[in-house]
Amino acid sequence: MELFNLGIKSIFIDNMVFAYFLGMCSFLAVSKKVSTALGLGAAVIFVLTVTTPTNWLLNEFVLKEGALAWMGDSFATIDLSFLRFIMFIAIIAAMVQLVEMVVEKFAPALYGALGIFLPLIAVNCAILGGSLFMAQRDYTLAEATVYGFGSGTGFFLAIIALAAIREKLKYSNVPNGLKGLGITMLLTGLMGIAFMSFMGIDL
Amino acid sequence: MSTETTVAELKKPAEALLSKRRKKLISDPLVDDNPITIQVLGICSALAVTTQLQPTLVMAISVIFVIVMANLTISLLRNTIPTRVRIIVQLAVVATLVTLVSEFLKAFAFDMYKELSVFVGLIITNCIVMGRLEAFALGNKPYDSILDGFGSALGYSWIILAVAFFRELLGSGSVFGVPVYDTLAGFISDDFSFATNGLMVSPVGAFIILGLIIWVQRTKTGYVEH
Repeated sequence: MELFNLGIKSIFIDNMVFAYFLGMCSFLAVSKKVSTALGLGAAVIFVLTVTTPTNWLLNEFVLKEGALAWMGDSFATIDLSFLRFIMFIAIIAAMVQLVEMVVEKFAPALYGALGIFLPLIAVNCAILGGSLFMAQRDYTLAEATVYGFGSGTGFFLAIIALAAIREKLKYSNVPNGLKGLGITMLLTGLMGIAFMSFMGIDL
Repeated sequence: MSTETTVAELKKPAEALLSKRRKKLISDPLVDDNPITIQVLGICSALAVTTQLQPTLVMAISVIFVIVMANLTISLLRNTIPTRVRIIVQLAVVATLVTLVSEFLKAFAFDMYKELSVFVGLIITNCIVMGRLEAFALGNKPYDSILDGFGSALGYSWIILAVAFFRELLGSGSVFGVPVYDTLAGFISDDFSFATNGLMVSPVGAFIILGLIIWVQRTKTGYVEH
């Protein structure tokens, strides 16, 4: 039940986009069409669900203060947490590469759909942000997995909703200076207000 | 090969330290080619820290440092990096620089470090950094790369400082932590007061303020996105 609550919380209340501004770059750049937004959203869910637990293992058994205790008593006092950034981003880049190769081999159709988005994801802040929040909040392995999946789903919902609105927006007469990014920012703000209504829910 | 280039360099008079072309490298990203409002890059970390001016300033300085140093490093290495692994090399360089910034803040400004929390780490995935490395540093000389990085970082900085100014003024009624309205009240009358706008402190305020800044700026420059 705790896990379920955490999942709901990470999808709606602590939404990656509306509460923490993570993944904004691709959120704005790849939301012109629903079909491409679907592809990117699915890839983000996938990669977040894989990288967050992987980074949890790395953090728990290598990086955290005293994490190297399993290697012997003399290692018990080592604190490698300053290496967190570089290790996390390396794991993410490697995982993305790995996922790309596996998907290409076993699911060519999916690869065709996700293809161009997968490499982009390595530099999506939502992925690194997910891992950093996970490390900061001391989640367990199960929580980390649920959190990764939940935040991915939150991003998925947000980008699809925005893409759908932008598709309709094409037919409206927007002032010249507001076209494109300007109106999208205002829209995101309004969507953020809608998502704020979840904030009162106490889980 | 090396002798040829030296001959060519000797023939051509050395370019001034701040020639017109180089000045353009700095001034272009400020308005006409601003990384945030025109190129739509680096918005991720730009908005999260802008509730107050002080953390925003720290963030801006950190980003300037990271972009300039990363541009310099990659530009020096540009002929030795194989194209296939360049992304991971770039990430390694940027992540190292960000770790430096983060450790520096932890040691000398711990409160700020706590306040910025994960957003210092997220400079790694700031699209402006990667964008400048890909688009400029990989193909240009070190000095030009430094100028280019500095220009882009300044363009980023003034936008986030502008957003933070409005958010702090309207959301908390202060500028750089100095309560503006309370001070004004001392001069005008005792019952002069201002209701702070909670929306400005929440993420929504950042989206709306940035949207409006983009509107004003694009109307002035006449840039239209299709």
